[in-house]
Amino acid sequence: MTRQVVQADGTRIIEKDRAFSWKRFMFQWEWLLLLMLVIVNIANISISPNYANTNNIMNAMRDFLDKAIVVFPMALVILLGEIDISVASTMALSSVVMGMAYQAGVPMEFAIVIALLVGAACGFVNGIILVKFKELSSMIVTLSTMIIFRGIASILLQTKSVGSFPAWFKTLGWGKVGPVPIILIFVIVEAIFFIYLVHYTKFGRRTYAMGNSVMVSKFSGIKTNRIKLIIFTTTGVLAAAAAVFLASKMGSVRPDVAKGYELDIIAMVVLGGISSAGGKGNILGCILSILVIGFLRYGLGLVNVTSQVIMIIVGALLIIAVAIPNLKSSFGQAKWIKNLSNNIKKC
Amino acid sequence: MDIIKFKRFFSDNIREISLILVMIVISIFVQFRSGGNFFTGGNISDLLTETAILAILAVGMMMVIITAGIDLSIGAIMALAGMIGTTVLKENKGISPIIIILIAVAIGIVCGMINGTLVSRFKILPIIATLGMMNIFRGLTYLVSKGSWVLQNDMPSSFLGIATGKVFGINNLVVMALVIYAIGYVFLNYLRTGRKIYAVGNSEESAEVSGIKTKRILWLAYTIMGAIAGFAGLLYVCKFGAAQGETAVGYEMNVIAACVLGGVSISGGTGKVQGVLLGALLLGLLNNAMPLINISAFWQEAIRGLIIVLSVMSNALIQRNVEMKALRRRNI
Repeated sequence: MTRQVVQADGTRIIEKDRAFSWKRFMFQWEWLLLLMLVIVNIANISISPNYANTNNIMNAMRDFLDKAIVVFPMALVILLGEIDISVASTMALSSVVMGMAYQAGVPMEFAIVIALLVGAACGFVNGIILVKFKELSSMIVTLSTMIIFRGIASILLQTKSVGSFPAWFKTLGWGKVGPVPIILIFVIVEAIFFIYLVHYTKFGRRTYAMGNSVMVSKFSGIKTNRIKLIIFTTTGVLAAAAAVFLASKMGSVRPDVAKGYELDIIAMVVLGGISSAGGKGNILGCILSILVIGFLRYGLGLVNVTSQVIMIIVGALLIIAVAIPNLKSSFGQAKWIKNLSNNIKKC
Repeated sequence: MDIIKFKRFFSDNIREISLILVMIVISIFVQFRSGGNFFTGGNISDLLTETAILAILAVGMMMVIITAGIDLSIGAIMALAGMIGTTVLKENKGISPIIIILIAVAIGIVCGMINGTLVSRFKILPIIATLGMMNIFRGLTYLVSKGSWVLQNDMPSSFLGIATGKVFGINNLVVMALVIYAIGYVFLNYLRTGRKIYAVGNSEESAEVSGIKTKRILWLAYTIMGAIAGFAGLLYVCKFGAAQGETAVGYEMNVIAACVLGGVSISGGTGKVQGVLLGALLLGLLNNAMPLINISAFWQEAIRGLIIVLSVMSNALIQRNVEMKALRRRNI
């Protein structure tokens, strides 16, 4: 197979597609994640003999799937080369507004819709500031909206909490269809949708292009502003969806809900092989890394490791995942490291 | 001639001048709203003491942001250094406060070195690296403390005196902040290493090409930040008389806000020490003034966030204006 490639100076050359090589195939990041997943699960099984039954695994998954909902849109944001640290605050604000709406007599169905709208508004605010002020980095903007959203949530509800939701609302977080939790079905549908969106549509390809260079994408006719706005708004909506599931699981809403979730979510995305500089990575890696971190947390919980140590482990995982592809430039001398990081980079 | 000079001075220092004006306006407003409770000797010295730690941290954060980085782990470093320092103090009551300060600074330096190595040698994006390290340092703090607090009655009065003592009638913390600002001013404006920090922030590539060891400079910025965070952490613990796992959670946001208000550009390369001092003072003024005019604690957080985002946006607008003017001047 051949294809046309436009070089940096504008000339076109015909390049042969790289032949399929087993070596390259085997050195993909996803294999490493799969290996980690297998190791984590073997460890879990050896710790607790009751671990390996369907019911138990389904319950374990329910613990971390509310974060997984936000991982996919966050992957898009990071593919753009941006970051959104305000997601946890968006979750807090939208669930607080949902709780207050319900308390004020709005039926629960509409309260959920309101929560989603609030999430969309939060994401839209992030997006519109970033589009209108291109010189601002997304980090500082979402850092301040993170403070603002949680601030608004605590203005609204102060130190109170809202609970006693209708009975059917509880089934959203706890209910099952057969052996499968509803939230898992939601995440599977979402994952399929995102795989299609990112890897099989023009929108996805444009996102990759923007992650590599916004300027070049703009000059090649991509509506960069619109894409950025859509992605940030989607992130807000799905953060609100995650908040709805979380509220249903916890049975009440408070302004300090989901504190620190942004770190877990970003860790899952980055461990999934999405380059934090943008433009690289795929959704499959994210799915695997959600499972790795989720089951790792669950297993550590089984052996009574305190949440502080889990905090340390997640932080370390995040750093190691980002550091491995850069090992070559750090310690260029050792040959095996060179080979390893070369191979990882190629893929 | 003088008018031109004055104009030049005005346009060079527009940010500092406008910060001072904003501060004056807010102070007068608060003075009237609170019925004259603002401009009292007690309140002003409270304000300065409250702001001192924030201001000290802002100098370090400024260096990191000038290199186009950011350090989200300083709150955790403060907690870790404060916790280890006071734990040592608790075990050995007779130990001199100077040694405790040295221990805290040493811990800060080690933490900063780790951050610096991750950013400069492993080329991890600063926000990701320090976000991860934030978790690790915070977790370590819990492990060291085993969930317990070190309280005021575990600390001898010689130690508590660090934060409450006075030199020439000025609180120690304020004096320390002034000394650190003086050092920072000289370091960033007149020493070669300080200028190299600006160079690296403006363009890492051109700095590298002109023979600056960029990796070392990056590493240095994070290490200095760590040292300052360790020192400030001890002061924080000393001032509030308690060290615990949750010490200074989210404090990094205040520090970043002070830098941004003071005109340090997040994209690196620009920022003045005097601007950062004014930014920290403005933030301290707001913190002090909001309770005085009965704004409830629940509102303060949101208002702080709003101020950050508005100041970044106005920064960007001012910058655009400056660039437009420069373009126009070139045409003529």
